[in-house]
Amino acid sequence: MKPASFAYIRPETQDEALSALAEHGDDALVLAGGLSLGAMLNMRLAFAETIIDINRIPALNRIERVDESLRTGAMVRQADALKSADVSEAAPLLRLGLQNVGHYQTRSRGTLGGSVAHADPSAEIPLCLATLDGVVELASQRGSRRVPAREFADTALSTIREPDEMVEALHWPIHTGAGVAFQEIAQRHGDFAIVAVAAVIRNETEFSLGFGGVEGVPRVLDGMVGGSVEETVGAFVDELDAMDDPRASAEYRIGVARHLGVQTLRQAQELAT
Amino acid sequence: MSAKFEADARVRVNCTVNGKRHTGYAEPRTQLCDFLRHELHLYGTHVGCEHGVCGACTITLDGRLARSCMTYAVQAEGAEIGTVEGLSEPGTLNPLQRAFSDHGALQCGFCTAGILISTTYFLADNPMPSEQEVREMLSGHLCRCTGYEGMVRAILSVAGGGS
Amino acid sequence: MDGPGEPWVGQAVPRLEDAALLSGNARFIDDLAPVPGIRHVALLRSPYAHARISKVDITEAAALDGVYGVLTGAELVTELDPLASAVRAPVDYFPIASDKVRYVGEPVALVAAVDRYVAEDALERIVVDYEPLPAAVDPVAALEDSAGQVHERVGSNLVHHRTFRYGDPDRAFDEAAAIVSLDWRYPRQASTPIETYGAVAHYEEAPERYTIWSNFQGPFILQPLMARALRVPGNRLRLVAAPHSGGSFGIKQGLYPYLVLLAAASRMLGCPLKWIEDRSEHLMASSAASDRADSIEAAFDQEGTLTGLRYRNLVSVGAYIRAPEPASVYRMHAASNGCYRTRNIAVDNRLVLTNKTPIGLNRGYGGPQFFFGLERAMDKAARSLGVDPAELRRRNFIPANAFPYDAPAGALYDSGDYAKGLDLALELADYEALKARRDAARAAGKLFGIGFACGVEPSGSNMAYVTLAQTPEERAKTGGRSGGAAVATVALDPSGAATVTLDSTPAGQGHATAAAQIVADGLGMRPEEVQVVTTMDTQNGDWSLASGNYANRFSAIVVDAIVESTDRIAMKLKAVAADMLEVAPDDVELSGGRARIAGVPDDGIALARVAAATHWHPAGLPEGLSPGLREAATLSPDVLDAPDEQDRVASAVTFGYICDLAAVEVDPKTGRITVETYVSVHDVGRVLNPILVEGQVRGGFAHGFGAAVMEDLVYDSEGNFLSGSFADYACPTAADLPPVTVGHVETASPANALGSKGMGDGSSMLTPAVMANAVADALGRDDVELPLTLDRVWRLAREAS
Repeated sequence: MKPASFAYIRPETQDEALSALAEHGDDALVLAGGLSLGAMLNMRLAFAETIIDINRIPALNRIERVDESLRTGAMVRQADALKSADVSEAAPLLRLGLQNVGHYQTRSRGTLGGSVAHADPSAEIPLCLATLDGVVELASQRGSRRVPAREFADTALSTIREPDEMVEALHWPIHTGAGVAFQEIAQRHGDFAIVAVAAVIRNETEFSLGFGGVEGVPRVLDGMVGGSVEETVGAFVDELDAMDDPRASAEYRIGVARHLGVQTLRQAQELAT
Repeated sequence: MSAKFEADARVRVNCTVNGKRHTGYAEPRTQLCDFLRHELHLYGTHVGCEHGVCGACTITLDGRLARSCMTYAVQAEGAEIGTVEGLSEPGTLNPLQRAFSDHGALQCGFCTAGILISTTYFLADNPMPSEQEVREMLSGHLCRCTGYEGMVRAILSVAGGGS
Repeated sequence: MDGPGEPWVGQAVPRLEDAALLSGNARFIDDLAPVPGIRHVALLRSPYAHARISKVDITEAAALDGVYGVLTGAELVTELDPLASAVRAPVDYFPIASDKVRYVGEPVALVAAVDRYVAEDALERIVVDYEPLPAAVDPVAALEDSAGQVHERVGSNLVHHRTFRYGDPDRAFDEAAAIVSLDWRYPRQASTPIETYGAVAHYEEAPERYTIWSNFQGPFILQPLMARALRVPGNRLRLVAAPHSGGSFGIKQGLYPYLVLLAAASRMLGCPLKWIEDRSEHLMASSAASDRADSIEAAFDQEGTLTGLRYRNLVSVGAYIRAPEPASVYRMHAASNGCYRTRNIAVDNRLVLTNKTPIGLNRGYGGPQFFFGLERAMDKAARSLGVDPAELRRRNFIPANAFPYDAPAGALYDSGDYAKGLDLALELADYEALKARRDAARAAGKLFGIGFACGVEPSGSNMAYVTLAQTPEERAKTGGRSGGAAVATVALDPSGAATVTLDSTPAGQGHATAAAQIVADGLGMRPEEVQVVTTMDTQNGDWSLASGNYANRFSAIVVDAIVESTDRIAMKLKAVAADMLEVAPDDVELSGGRARIAGVPDDGIALARVAAATHWHPAGLPEGLSPGLREAATLSPDVLDAPDEQDRVASAVTFGYICDLAAVEVDPKTGRITVETYVSVHDVGRVLNPILVEGQVRGGFAHGFGAAVMEDLVYDSEGNFLSGSFADYACPTAADLPPVTVGHVETASPANALGSKGMGDGSSMLTPAVMANAVADALGRDDVELPLTLDRVWRLAREAS
């Protein structure tokens, strides 16, 4: 299980990275923590003429408050985010989601940006970002742009990132004091979720309820608190086009999404009041 | 300046492993585990799946835990690496290693190196873990021999924690 | 310890293996470069379950820089004879495909290159034209006329069918007050050691010989098969075990066809070859336990006495019958009565070829499938008869005073007290409180269930039980087969230091520690002073057909060979020392590293001096003693005789006992099973070392729990393989396993000098049945199959409510 040959570029600044992407982007893959890409390269499920390793660009490691958001650089490690006081205060939903990401060992090197860019349908980090209606900041030599997280992944393992772009940062709308809840079900501890559900309550009146692992990309229900949680969640979940694979049938995903959706939303509501 | 290597380049990689300076050669695609084992002849790190699940190849790389199968040797240029060979002085076992033996925490020993590296890092991070925390940490490794019970007990005994 | 004290055997002696393993100094097969000039092998494998190979073009692959050679299956097969098995059928098994592929992952071509990276690059440049054929995937569907024919010459996919009768099962069923029946599918699973297969094969000319270093673990009955396939006499094929093996659980037996393949390729390419299987290859194409479509009927009288059993087994063997298969189907056969007294048993065994990886040794080896039927039937019977499941088993146990017990199909159970083990399990589980808890949970609308399973653990196999696959007439033609030999060699060198050499090729069980304890007791030393050699070498060591690491052989048989060879050394030491001390040999005792006169403290001579005398001064030895100190004891338990004309066979030398109890709660919303209580009671005879026994018990449970809840080698209806990574094939982690309360009862085995029994399969055989029983009890339905994944349990719970 050895990767096919690739050329290797290790930029030390973001400008160097963008220049490499401009030159090689069409045939290049960006290597962050490598926890997903490494496996795919080794199994020869992913190929690239050039690997652009962004592990040595210090600017990508920052966590900072920008306007109404917490901005996390693409290379912020999951373990560091989990320990960050800023994340705890300003993005508590991310903290909950991170507790379910992979394992202690993989979080040590795995990154926030890498997870979002990889766009696994079951991944917790893009689910939290979509639920919060956060933003993905993309950079290229052409300039930078901000894409709503809910539009970033178009299908499973695919995003609208252009070949010369890289994920530079994620913007997490600050939801201090809001009720947040996160639940998932997986066969084993640390597995990618079969179904993951994230909930956030804003201003005690609005909620967002995100579902991961059901469709190819996270799906989010926005609504107003009040009314029957079962009916609201049930109506939304019934419309989902669930995946069917050896890990779980579509019926199971729908059934559990409904159950976890109701539980998670209720839990968030209780915490919000 | 960006480092750049062609696909078939034979790249000289300098790194420090367990406090000792090492130099070897690798292609860009050479897995770090292969470099450590077959280039630097540090065979204590084992390879069990090459896709990051089993955890046998876990090492420390510049102060973080890394699956050395999904890290490439060229990424280790100038890095500080920790492997099982560095856990104790030759001919001796450290308290964690002794506890593993006393509690029956290993059988075939193939997964053990990665688990010792993870545990050492984990206990520095969380010196008094609960049993649940130890189990969650261990869930990043697969062992097919022991049922993990001995490992949990060994780690808790060294941590001085307990249920 | 200076004088004779508590024996080392039985003590929790820390493992001698551990220091090297914990410090990174233990060497495994991939760490070795035993000869210079090694090239690295990658195998091109079939992406199809069933297809004709119309063309293989290796031109581009062979032209790639760094490639040393490329061999197609067609080229390799001409240099080999097929690998034989006990089933007489026109199924030629070669380690590589030539005319057609019969399972996903079957080797098609071999590349040798400067490293594994380049070898894999070359695989992508081999062009194979396949003509896909319909695949036989499901064992039942594979029997239909319309199914794809895995081997056309067989005429159908049914490759073996034998029926057996012991006692009068028809009468038992005719007269039964109640008959309980169950039929079910059993999934494919694999033990997946963390170290995969690995080997270095080296061909040398003049004289022609093959040497293979590997983590092959036996049984070495396969060595003559390999030599025959390579068309050389046995002494031209030398197998050497790597110093350490990263787990096996039986599965490394399935390495042997690859050894033949690599050996032949080494000769054809003219260089030593190394192959390290990767995880994807391992999951896809190493070996697996059989998937099955089985059924059972159990007859009971008015009092709940089990009066008869009927088994119908349909076993998917995969695309070939790879020796020692169909042993997995016959391993439990002689013990078809389980723990129970019934003497009326009918067995119907059919083997069906399917387009899947060949089956082979995996922990439990036929036990999980067997006990799933018998023990699920017992729980079902208890419910339908209105008897407590523990009580029903107690009524039917072979009583403690009936041992040794001659079981109806020929097994001779050495010792046991099954009711005592059950009582201990009930006590440890606080069964009465558990039942009250179940009542309360159910009253609150919860799904709470309790399951049981009891079983025997055959250990130390009779090499002949696999010949039950032949009729008595066929067996008569091929000549007798019997036995299960072990050989151990103990030597004291001129410095008086002891070395014991084993034929048990351990893979983590701690054989070296147990062997050192035994030798230390026999020679009055400390275990850490004894060097233990486990690197089996068929050229330089003693071995037998039965050598190897399987069937819990070590503590059933191998220990006896260690005791015997140690005793012989001790006798010689005493004779020499007696001469030096001028006393009778019987007055000499060995303790504290010295030979002493019994009853006289602080006397005697150092063993080193006694040993030295045998090496340095043979002429000075008492008359009749040979120089040196080296004794190899080879023995095969008398009980392991050939099968008789009624197909009865003493299949194993010791029969341990396991009684497991599980209480679970099922969440109908998610399908999550929470194990509230799990108790596992074992009778392993005399415990040689509690650390080793505990490790085997807990490890066996972990395998059983994985098999019960999550492990499944999944094929789709076309035979595509869907479990090719450790993300897809789920093995339990530390966070997934529930706490287990372990208990022991001890009935010393009369089968060996130490009273120990084989153990190691343990709960891997019973946990699948126990978990299914507990879930069945919780859901109130019997059609519970494995693995009990979230999805499956959710579905069952939904249908049940």
